[in-house]
Amino acid sequence: MKTVKLIKVDVDKCNGCRACEAICSAFHAVPKYSSTNPERSRIRVLFDPLRDIYVPVIAGEYTEAECNGRNVYTIDEKEYDECAFCRASCPSRDLFKEPDSGLPLKCDMCEEKSPEEEPLCVQWCINDALTYEEKEEEGEEEEKPREMEIGLESLVRKYGAKTVSDTLARITKG
Amino acid sequence: MRYAETGTNLEIDLSRGSIERDASDPRLTELYLGGLGTNAKILWDRVPPEVEPFSPDNLLIFSAGLLAGTSATGANRTVVSTISPQTLLMAYSIMGGFWAPELKFAGYDKVIIRGKSPKLVYLWINDDDVEIRDASHLKGKSSLETAELIRQELKEPKAQVASIGLAGENRVYYASIEQGRSSASRGGIGAVMGDKGLKAIAVRGKKDLNVARPEEFMNLGKEVLKYIEFRRDNPINGVPPILAGIGSPQEMSIHDEEWHTTSFSWGHARHRRKDFWTKENARKWKKVQDKAVERLISCYNCPMECGAVIAHPSLGLSKYMMKCYSKLTYVMGAMTDDLEFGFKIAGDAQGYGVDGYTTPQAMAFAIELYENGILTDKDLPGFPSKNEERFFYLLEKIVRREGVGDALANGVYWAARQIGKGAEAYDHNTIKKQEQIPIKLGMLNPVYYIMWSTGEKINITQIEGQLPQAPFMERALREEFVRDWPQVPTGKEERFKQFILDWGDEDKRLPFWPPVDLVFDLVEWQETMHYIDDATGICAGLSSFPLKPPYHIHNLPPIISAATGLDIDEAKLWEIARRNRTLLRAINVRRGMRRKDERPPDDHWKKRFPEFEEKLQDDYYKFKGWNDEGIPTKETLDELGLDYVSQDFEKRGVYEGKESKVAKKASSEGEKEKPAKKSSKKGKGQSKKQ
Repeated sequence: MKTVKLIKVDVDKCNGCRACEAICSAFHAVPKYSSTNPERSRIRVLFDPLRDIYVPVIAGEYTEAECNGRNVYTIDEKEYDECAFCRASCPSRDLFKEPDSGLPLKCDMCEEKSPEEEPLCVQWCINDALTYEEKEEEGEEEEKPREMEIGLESLVRKYGAKTVSDTLARITKG
Repeated sequence: MRYAETGTNLEIDLSRGSIERDASDPRLTELYLGGLGTNAKILWDRVPPEVEPFSPDNLLIFSAGLLAGTSATGANRTVVSTISPQTLLMAYSIMGGFWAPELKFAGYDKVIIRGKSPKLVYLWINDDDVEIRDASHLKGKSSLETAELIRQELKEPKAQVASIGLAGENRVYYASIEQGRSSASRGGIGAVMGDKGLKAIAVRGKKDLNVARPEEFMNLGKEVLKYIEFRRDNPINGVPPILAGIGSPQEMSIHDEEWHTTSFSWGHARHRRKDFWTKENARKWKKVQDKAVERLISCYNCPMECGAVIAHPSLGLSKYMMKCYSKLTYVMGAMTDDLEFGFKIAGDAQGYGVDGYTTPQAMAFAIELYENGILTDKDLPGFPSKNEERFFYLLEKIVRREGVGDALANGVYWAARQIGKGAEAYDHNTIKKQEQIPIKLGMLNPVYYIMWSTGEKINITQIEGQLPQAPFMERALREEFVRDWPQVPTGKEERFKQFILDWGDEDKRLPFWPPVDLVFDLVEWQETMHYIDDATGICAGLSSFPLKPPYHIHNLPPIISAATGLDIDEAKLWEIARRNRTLLRAINVRRGMRRKDERPPDDHWKKRFPEFEEKLQDDYYKFKGWNDEGIPTKETLDELGLDYVSQDFEKRGVYEGKESKVAKKASSEGEKEKPAKKSSKKGKGQSKKQ
């Protein structure tokens, strides 16, 4: 059995305040809490009050290529943008990329903190648009890639392993 | 490195089309914090009293509050400051929303605008790229549509836009600056924006905003959030529902409007309708509101839901966003029972960009003049017979400055004098030329007397807030209120608590109670909290405005210190607020404001006590360190480090009562006598520039 962590998103309760973005970016700042910048947040609120669209999207996997063909969802007569519910850091949009490096961002459930605490975005959303749950699921507990691995992996995909290791060797020499 | 602030201001000269970046002096942050405080310093230094509001030399300053954009809950306000065309004094209107944090993330604390553009333009701030762009295609567009069109043409759905509507373009003296769900409405700052030929400022930022002591700052922030939850679950007992919670008055979610509808005056601030809130009206209004409110919404980084998206079926497709009291101002001004009318006209008014306080009063004033034969069918051709239709009619005339709308567009004070024929007698609800909240009461209240008279914002909601509006009649409620009241300043706990415990007793009644020294302490406390918020950009709805707010004089000093790295304790913060408050007064004094201007409307209370009021004012001026004309004395100024002000006062002969050279009207360019006569008579879309 493995533990699966869930952030449940209730779009009906979201009021578009973006507190989740502010606190996520603060938590992941180095040193911790030293800055805010929603652009670095691993959760972004898709927000268009005049179309009644409020979707907090949590950063998922990095992908090299955009989708072939896209979907448009209509729910309760509201048409959502093509990528509205997609969590990927993807070339088709500017979400979930480090503003300086362009490297992909991915939600880590704030695991740097002690495990019984909820992710910060959930704690900060006192209107409960975001809630936290854990459940048990069949399967093996897998080793989660660490932040640096995610970044390195995307560099490897972009430039090839050799270029990355050559560059690394060169910078670390001096 | 600078903390909480970016340390950079944008300087835009629209006459020359120049864009500069200026590093701000960190010493100014220590003295004035930011937001309103540093805006006032800039206005003092750079806009002398002879500069008319519609002069290219007037500045229009958009400032993010000092803490805006940090992770402090509700730190999101934009403070817009300029010289008002209506009052000819300093205007500082403040809006929540999302604009200020975005400006910080773009790397700027303020946008300082001078000059005038020969054609309509907008400003696009995209991190380091700043450009002045043509806006001729946006001329006459509604504030909301302008924002949408700009986001589309920039292909930047995340850009935050502050814009004016037709009223601002036509320099209506109470034109607002709109930001979708929030607006900066008081004092005609939208008219100054229009006069400068600036339709909008769009901003998008992707940079970090740093704080000095991260762990400490975050722990304090968590406490605030916890207290917000606590207060949300624990409304104050014994006060009307609309006053029991925190945030802006929760007009969008709360249906019970008994307090506003029965305590405030209807029409042109004339009629109390103490029996209005019947079961039948309550039921009807609830139905309309439930239909109209699509969703409750927030400002940046705040869980309170003070605003709403309004999507009434009868409104068709043009949704808009509303907050607070504008739901009622048009309804009550028009003396109608129809709340649906309120939701409809407020949407139009926001599109045109006019202030929801002043506009209904200017229109109700026009109706009064018509009903008393001062305005006739010649002035108002085709004037409808129903008030609701009259309001729509007048709104169109005002925002276009058509016919008598040209005078009404200058507000009640100026319009009364332009129309003449006895119209001046109907100007009964203004202070310092600005329309006040329509409230008319019985017994003089000394705390409120001082606040109405001396508040630099000329708006009661910007000075009151920490005290109940009326005594608790039950002793148990008084005791409950003071039991847990950590917001009271150090050293004042016993007296303030005793005040609440006593208030309402047989021998503890207005107007000669509370004793004047306590009156002054209560006024100063409430006002100080507003000056702190107006500098930090923390929403007044979480701080200075509601009862028992999450931010207060004890947690704000450590929060500001942790964010900025400055070392500010309660006494020091109090002193900064006092310095800012005194500097604002100095700006207005230098522009000619004197004791004679500092009076609530004559009919504000039925029972008045002229001698007592004079004494109250005398003593309050002394308490503040002002002379008997309300001018801060040299000692007061020097003690606050404002010696440059006292030197200027001495040079100009302000203390000797010399008539200094001050602007007497919004603009005298190409004009003979009266203000704004020259303004557009040509109608739709007409703006000041030929």
